[in-house]
Amino acid sequence: MSALKDAGHLFRFAGLFVLAFLLFLVIRHFVVPPSFGQYGHYRGAAMGEIAARPVKFAGHEACEACHSDVADAKKTGKHAHVNCEACHGPQEKHATSDDPSATKPQLPDSAVLCIRCHTASAAKPKGFPQVNPADHSNGMPCDTCHKPHNPGMDAGGTN
Amino acid sequence: MNGVEGFMYPNEYGLQWSVLIVLYPYITGLVAGAFILASLERVFHVEAVKPTYRLALLTALSFLIVAPLPLQLHLGHPERSPEMYFTPHSTSAMAMFGYVYLWYLMAVLVLEIWLDYRREIVLFSQSSKGLLKIVYSIMTLGSSNISPRSLAIDNRVGWIVTIIGIPSAFILHGYVGFIFGSIKANPWWSSPLMPVVFIFSAMVSGIAGVMVLYMAITKLRKQQIDMRCVDTVAMYLFYVFIIDFSLEMLDLIHRVYEADESFRSLNFLVHTQLYIPHIVIQIFLGTLTPIILLGITQVVHLPEIVRKRMYATAGCLTLVGIFAMRWNVVIGGQLFSKSFLGYTTYKVGLVSKEGLIVAVFLSILPLFILWALIKLLPPWPGNSEHAPAVGD
Amino acid sequence: MNISRRQILILLPASAVAWKSILAGTPEAASNYTMSDHWWGMLIDIPKCIGCGNCVRACQMENDVPDGHFRTWVERYHVSDEDMTNPEVISPDGGKEGFPVAEEDSKKYFFVPKMCNHCADSPCTQVCPVGATFVAPDGVVLIDPTYCLGCAYCVQACPYGCRYIHPVKEVADKCTLCYHRITKGLTTACCESCPTGARQLVDLKDPKDPIHEFLKTHPVQVLKPQMATGAKAFYNGLDGSVR
Repeated sequence: MSALKDAGHLFRFAGLFVLAFLLFLVIRHFVVPPSFGQYGHYRGAAMGEIAARPVKFAGHEACEACHSDVADAKKTGKHAHVNCEACHGPQEKHATSDDPSATKPQLPDSAVLCIRCHTASAAKPKGFPQVNPADHSNGMPCDTCHKPHNPGMDAGGTN
Repeated sequence: MNGVEGFMYPNEYGLQWSVLIVLYPYITGLVAGAFILASLERVFHVEAVKPTYRLALLTALSFLIVAPLPLQLHLGHPERSPEMYFTPHSTSAMAMFGYVYLWYLMAVLVLEIWLDYRREIVLFSQSSKGLLKIVYSIMTLGSSNISPRSLAIDNRVGWIVTIIGIPSAFILHGYVGFIFGSIKANPWWSSPLMPVVFIFSAMVSGIAGVMVLYMAITKLRKQQIDMRCVDTVAMYLFYVFIIDFSLEMLDLIHRVYEADESFRSLNFLVHTQLYIPHIVIQIFLGTLTPIILLGITQVVHLPEIVRKRMYATAGCLTLVGIFAMRWNVVIGGQLFSKSFLGYTTYKVGLVSKEGLIVAVFLSILPLFILWALIKLLPPWPGNSEHAPAVGD
Repeated sequence: MNISRRQILILLPASAVAWKSILAGTPEAASNYTMSDHWWGMLIDIPKCIGCGNCVRACQMENDVPDGHFRTWVERYHVSDEDMTNPEVISPDGGKEGFPVAEEDSKKYFFVPKMCNHCADSPCTQVCPVGATFVAPDGVVLIDPTYCLGCAYCVQACPYGCRYIHPVKEVADKCTLCYHRITKGLTTACCESCPTGARQLVDLKDPKDPIHEFLKTHPVQVLKPQMATGAKAFYNGLDGSVR
């Protein structure tokens, strides 16, 4: 058909498209990550990579495994459900170290730590133990009277 | 916090989408609008606007080439943008960008320009020398057939391409409207009207843009402006503007009437930070003034010189006004907190990757590309300097 | 490698699916962690929150959260009973160092910890153009930082403001529900460090989970329920004024 001859240039243009599309398919095969689409429209391996990130807080069970004495002291007091690292900070290194004494956590400064939670404020829940630090202890550090692991005044003991 | 008033969620203080993201819909809007103007002649046989036909196509192409640049500069990892081609997420409007852009560029715009210019391209490939000859020869795709039959086929195919091009242009720009309109988290954006408003304001900006460019270039070429053409373009601009303005007013009235939970916060924003960009620039200067100017020319018979001045003024004001509209949508939508309790401010950097200098550069770049395209593919007959110098 | 490829070519297309799984490997969680056994969420108990900011600090330490950005934060509300629609809200540095002392007045105060709600019908994963953020099979909404373009569309789409673009990595970032911890049987850093138990991890697929029991026996709310995001951060005692 002479019509085809006069439309030859159109076929060339279309041919460019087809070529480009084939090239695209080839590139795509090599570039799309292998686990993509495994669970949905995302790279399945991503979850494993995220789950493999380093842990910084050991979790209170790790602490209690060695420090059972502290765990026992805490159990009966008001800080029973305050986890160790809430005050002592992240301790994964210490908990998993071959030589835990080398990575001994620094004792928190009670002047900063205790007042963070216990400074009286109208914003805090009414039943929560809170004091005005200046009036309450006349500048004395909190652990003069309160043992952090079992802070009740009637808990007794100097330990 | 500097620039923050009231309460915002802590992650909301800084804007995510900058002036470059304002520029992107503005550019694709000009592309879509210019194409619609071109299709007026090709498909709807509005003879009068034929002098702008080729210019409109080249304008669309110049802006389309620049369109991905603001996006690439904004991305944290532009080197990963091919992922949109390899693994586009079917639920994301933004994922359409890669394919819609490529389709519109190659299967609509480049194809249509090629088909319309093919005869000249073949002739130029034979008459030019040096580097230009190579360029033209590549553009012929190796075919020198410019018989009447082949040209007739080109014309027919070109007509079909334009027909397909009209909905393609709507998708190219409409999907951007949907990107904003489908975000339920942001009440300034979330609206089914958003894609429609974007499309109509795109048509307004594109038609105004081509009109202004045609008048400016014709003047530079020291030629006579075809008044019948410009009068017709201005008429279409006027009518599309009426529709666009009605849509925007509908959105506004609906918002004010329903006064949902976001209204108080948005209302405050429009009366303070957005007062100049929205009320003054977008509505009064950028919409009402051009509509009134164009409306006057439609009902009162004015001398040619007065009409030209009014068209030029209206056209320029429109271009500024539609930019302001994009600004108010993109930037405006990020200035208030999703808690509806606070506001932040947007400071455009000067020299940063997404700053003012880059934005201005990207706005002017299409004009340079247009200049080069006009040299390569002259839109007007009688430009008989057909053998440009070597290595031009 | 070559051998398995040859086998695939010979066997049915079903084997291609198996091939994908082999190449993908299994998540580096504890060896006894199966994703489909879990559906994670969080319970936030408003009456228990004292605004100490432990959770914000712990999250920052655990996850290297950059300054000025927050994977979790605490807001303090000050609400008049006559006008619940106009609360005064503050969140100084996300509540990281606690809050200034409040004076008693006629209005009420309370703290609201906020975080990613790990929505089951999440609007943020819906808009990601490439599939860099997703709802994992165990209900945690995660971001793949090697695939993310940094376009910030997900940040715009989150109704809760929990996402941000990491200033150094230039990808989207947010709370991962400490995925690296919960897959090993630990709890999240914020829950671990909360002194009052105001934040508690919950596994909605575990009938023996005491928090799951709490959810079944108490009225709880989610933030912005009208958005229908399927949020899984449940609030006990959430006031109507909370945005």
